[in-house]
Amino acid sequence: MSTLEIIFYALSAFAIVSAIMVLVSKNPIHSVLWLILVFFAISGHYVLLNAQFLAIVNIIVYAGAIMVLFLFVIMLMNVKVDNEPQKKMIIKFIGALSGGSLLLLLVALVKQTTQLEGKQVLMKEGTIGLIHPLGQALFTDYVLPFEISSVLFLSAMVGAVIIGKK
Amino acid sequence: MTILALDWGFIIEKLIMIAIVVFASLGIALYTTFGERKVAAILQDRPGPSRAGPFGLLQPLADGLKLIMKEEIIPNAASKWLFILGPGLAMTASLMTCAVIPWGSAVDVFGRHVELQIADVNIGILYVFAVVSMGVYGIMIGGWASNNKFSLMSALRAASQAISYELAMGLALIALLMTTGSLSLKTIVEQQIQGHWWNIVYQPLGFLIFFITAMAECNRTPFDLPEAENELNFGYHQEYSSMKLGFYLFAEYINMIMSSAIMATMYFGGYDLPFFNEASVAPNIAALIGVGTLLIKIVMFIFLFMWIRWTIPRFRYDQLMGLGWKTLIPLALFNMLLTGAVILAKL
Repeated sequence: MSTLEIIFYALSAFAIVSAIMVLVSKNPIHSVLWLILVFFAISGHYVLLNAQFLAIVNIIVYAGAIMVLFLFVIMLMNVKVDNEPQKKMIIKFIGALSGGSLLLLLVALVKQTTQLEGKQVLMKEGTIGLIHPLGQALFTDYVLPFEISSVLFLSAMVGAVIIGKK
Repeated sequence: MTILALDWGFIIEKLIMIAIVVFASLGIALYTTFGERKVAAILQDRPGPSRAGPFGLLQPLADGLKLIMKEEIIPNAASKWLFILGPGLAMTASLMTCAVIPWGSAVDVFGRHVELQIADVNIGILYVFAVVSMGVYGIMIGGWASNNKFSLMSALRAASQAISYELAMGLALIALLMTTGSLSLKTIVEQQIQGHWWNIVYQPLGFLIFFITAMAECNRTPFDLPEAENELNFGYHQEYSSMKLGFYLFAEYINMIMSSAIMATMYFGGYDLPFFNEASVAPNIAALIGVGTLLIKIVMFIFLFMWIRWTIPRFRYDQLMGLGWKTLIPLALFNMLLTGAVILAKL
């Protein structure tokens, strides 16, 4: 095993264990903290793919901003472990069933995809995740979708301000 | 054995450099606490610490010893692991910034060409930004885990303040990046050395915004709302004692050093000594002069931080939010548009 593979498997194990801990933690604050670790592991994968910009933006936006807001809300709601209502057995069963079928669907989809067959992942090379090629692509080839999505964000912001003012 | 096919010389070189930078930062932070007390004393017309050693120079060591010797108390109702994790995270996040700061040009040691920078990544500024946004977790986790209403209020204040001021900071940085065209701090410093002027000449408004937001991110007065003792008793570290409290206090000083280093690097030429031709002396000596120059710039910024702290009273909370959202962000946007317009006109 090369160093890269060792790092890859270590990061993957880290991501999966943290993701499981998000689900099984009783305390919502602990769940959020484990979720932050998941984001860090995923950023590590981006770095392995030489996508430094994606890695750091993933940390800034998800681990840095969105998760802080999550923590904020959970701390303000002051959810306690003991007074959290226990769900009924039937609801748990339905949840497990639908989640399991979604997993099955995703795995089947990945397995079916012919485009992935015989392809190898480019580790440590490839430039699309670096800031310059990414900026070029976003502002030339994909400028219309990019601008439309920013208008979408703007409208969401205006909506949030209006709701906040009420 | 392909596992061991690593460049061990490279790894050892980086480890030594990390050790030097981290311990130097800790040492400077130790004496920054002393500097803070002395500056405060001078501004308030009193002698300040003067008993331990000549001019009170051993005072920080005595303070450190006192903190270590005190009893560690973990409150019964606290969430134990997070209570311990909080100060550690605060300290780690503040030390992580030093990885991308170029401390000088390169030196030749034992035939190796050593760049005086731990990692020259091409996303340097964004890395700093990511670490800054991580810094708030130490405060939030510590404040929440203490299981104290005052600590929680303070942690929430700290988080909302950090998020609000990060926006203006990012917008001020975008204007700088438009002029430099690079995110690597090393490249930014080299551009300033080769160009005629430091970036402060091109981005005076951007620097002002960055300076104010950096002060807010460090929780320094006039922005130290999370520690407003008359409203919150003490702040997010109220339940902490001994060296855990020391870590929180220390992290604040290291944050101050790191933001001074970032400001010196991005706006004031980094390790560039003005009116001095680096090529006229041996490369190693030039590099050392560069490191010294950067340190002097950092100390000057730290002094400015302290001067402001002991001169201006604390904001009220709504004033703080008003300044961040209604003044700094529009100003930063205006600065960004102005920079863009000038660049377009020059094309």
